[in-house]
Amino acid sequence: MKKLQYERPLIQRLNTGLMNKFGMKTEYTPHTHIDEVSVKSLIKEFGSPLFVISEKTIRNTYKEANRAFKTRYPKVQFAWSYKTNYINAVCNVFHQEGSWAEVVSGFEYHKALNNGVPGSKIIFNGPDKSEDDLRAAINNESPIHIDHLDELYHLNELAVEMNKRPKVAIRVNMDTGVYPMWDRFGFNYENGQAWDAINKIILADKLDLVGLHSHIGTFMLSPSAYGVAASKLSDLALGIKKKYKKNILYLDMGGGFASKNTLKGSFLQGVDTNPNFDQFAEAISTAILNAGFGTDELPLLVLETGRALIDDAGYLLGSVISNKRLSDGRRATILDFGVNVMFTSFWYDHKISPAQDFGNYTEDSVLYGPLCMNIDVIREHITLPPLKRNDHVVVHTVGAYNMTQWMQFIALRPAVVMIDMKNKVHLIRKRENLEYLEACEVKPDYLKSFKL
Amino acid sequence: MKIKKNIALSDTGFVFNPASGDSFSVNPIGLEIMKLLQENKSHEVIKKHLLETYSVDKDTIEKDFYDFAKMLEQFKVTESDEKKES
Repeated sequence: MKKLQYERPLIQRLNTGLMNKFGMKTEYTPHTHIDEVSVKSLIKEFGSPLFVISEKTIRNTYKEANRAFKTRYPKVQFAWSYKTNYINAVCNVFHQEGSWAEVVSGFEYHKALNNGVPGSKIIFNGPDKSEDDLRAAINNESPIHIDHLDELYHLNELAVEMNKRPKVAIRVNMDTGVYPMWDRFGFNYENGQAWDAINKIILADKLDLVGLHSHIGTFMLSPSAYGVAASKLSDLALGIKKKYKKNILYLDMGGGFASKNTLKGSFLQGVDTNPNFDQFAEAISTAILNAGFGTDELPLLVLETGRALIDDAGYLLGSVISNKRLSDGRRATILDFGVNVMFTSFWYDHKISPAQDFGNYTEDSVLYGPLCMNIDVIREHITLPPLKRNDHVVVHTVGAYNMTQWMQFIALRPAVVMIDMKNKVHLIRKRENLEYLEACEVKPDYLKSFKL
Repeated sequence: MKIKKNIALSDTGFVFNPASGDSFSVNPIGLEIMKLLQENKSHEVIKKHLLETYSVDKDTIEKDFYDFAKMLEQFKVTESDEKKES
């Protein structure tokens, strides 16, 4: 006789008066496949944990964003934010779709060059650009976004020494009515720092001021703040036109658009409440179109959004190591991935689904990672069906920042695969091993041996 | 260990303790265990039955049964055999 499917015995106290108006939130649907590839087969072939990127989702999301902006504004250019996910295969999907590159460090800059992005289409941001980085960017005619006066003066010196006219923009910070105000980057709009920098650039006449840049925050939930930023940048551009008879070629609105993740402490799910591309596009386009530019003088609108373009395309597959009961009776499940590879679990209550069929019964649990560290908590509270050792789970919306901010701490970093448009699986980053980890270490001769 | 006599156990997995007013829900396998406990079946007999009925290994049964029994005890729906004898 065939044995019945086993489910761990469960008993739960029924509480009255504690349920919210949405009822109990439970992941009732098992997530067994990603783009028609089974989770089980992916883990079998590439191990657990495993990051999975859906190329289909990336391209669809990009098209959605592109449509939202291009149907509202005539000149739009996306620049892929490398720091959000700089695995080359991911970057090249965006470049194939037409994205330039936006980088914030020397190694990211060279990654973009190695990927084949022309220098003139790599936007170089960030407060730390070495002299070598700046020289490379000047030689390649990359737009350099100046963050501080020291950089401005340094560029003036390099321009004279190299006998070149670097293409630059200034980063402008401003009050857009949201907290916190990101005033540590660039020059302030309200107190006149931005105008001061513009005057210095134009009057010194060594650099070619081609753009203005702002990046007002991260995981922004208020599209209207972008409207304020676009108005203020437009005001600067029109002021430059009036004062110096010079057209600013592009306004770079940066990134920071929220993805569909749910921030910790949010009452409602991000997927229901976070603004979509149309809302951001409407706020930004309306502000620039109404600013007073002549129709033939409208600047190119550059967007560096990263998170909202890639988050949905990333999944993290993992397995259950063990179940245990905490001292207060709560169920705890230990998974084989933790905050080391899922950095964003510090910010979000990620959606986590079981990857196999289950019954109708669920229980409240805490999800822990495998690290021998108390901070390794994936979800402080989640309602899931009873999971047993070696069961698999799928974490959703992890495409942004996890594959760049992940830590090689206690555990080695997992492999990353991409499922292409025809549902074929490609390994795009190998699982790390001890050899990789020790490749940069140097052991002095006198420490090579010991007796115990 | 056995289920307290006053505990009401429905076939749909609803458990009610009229003395405390507490109510609980159990999943089908939990219900099966509680019913066997009501019938005064020993732990060993119950575990053997589960092993024969479900596709599960002995260690998992051992671990899950221990956990479930502890929860029953914590929710005060059981009484120990010693108490009954005294």
